[in-house]
Amino acid sequence: MEVTITQYKRCDVIKAAGRIDSNTAPQLAEALKSIIDAGRYKIIFDMKEVNFVSSKGWWVLIDTQKQCKRYKRGELVLVNIRNEIQESLKLIGMGSYFKIYDDIVSAVGSF
Amino acid sequence: MQKTRKFPGNYKSLAKISRFLEQAIKQAGLNAREAYSVKLAVDEACCNIIDHAYGGENKGEIECSLLVENDCLQIELRDQGKPFNPEKVPPPQFDVPLRNLKEHGVGFYLMNQLMDSVHYEYSKEKGNRMVMEKRKSR
Repeated sequence: MEVTITQYKRCDVIKAAGRIDSNTAPQLAEALKSIIDAGRYKIIFDMKEVNFVSSKGWWVLIDTQKQCKRYKRGELVLVNIRNEIQESLKLIGMGSYFKIYDDIVSAVGSF
Repeated sequence: MQKTRKFPGNYKSLAKISRFLEQAIKQAGLNAREAYSVKLAVDEACCNIIDHAYGGENKGEIECSLLVENDCLQIELRDQGKPFNPEKVPPPQFDVPLRNLKEHGVGFYLMNQLMDSVHYEYSKEKGNRMVMEKRKSR
């Protein structure tokens, strides 16, 4: 899985491609940790190229969300998420833990 | 159509199993949403086999059999790991404040939500057997 991070003034945009499953979730976790370890807690996850997320992947994002929201210092928001993936997020009961935006510009504007 | 393949019980197999499903998904005429449901349910089932039945990676194999009949895709997964009791799987926690939310198994719940039917059985001789079905919507 490819993961790229772009740092902006107000926030960081992390982009992944392909499947987020038990095999690749640790890689995403590591990338997200590197942002948090740098003391940056406003994160946009661009999911345009992500075509699959298993529950293992959602737990990585939940864990990141917890750390971002601690002391109200930031938030992890999702962008460009495919319909099927968004439906499964709701099904799993985690829909309320993430704000979802249609594009990066609106997500950046939320911070 | 019917085909069977064995995969090593590790996380690298998950993408391969997903690809193995594709032809059968197409043949059953499932739409994009149904196809995603099948792939997610099978991924969760296989992760449960690796994590819980075998208790880790590379402890055994996952045998995956696909059968397409009358717009219905049937997936059978077999493993030689520990049995589990579906009745003892707790339902997922909904509406828990984020800070109190702890990682817990949601795979079995998801499988039941995503598929039209989920059947599980265990025998000493044959090990775990899970059969799931997804029917093309009309």
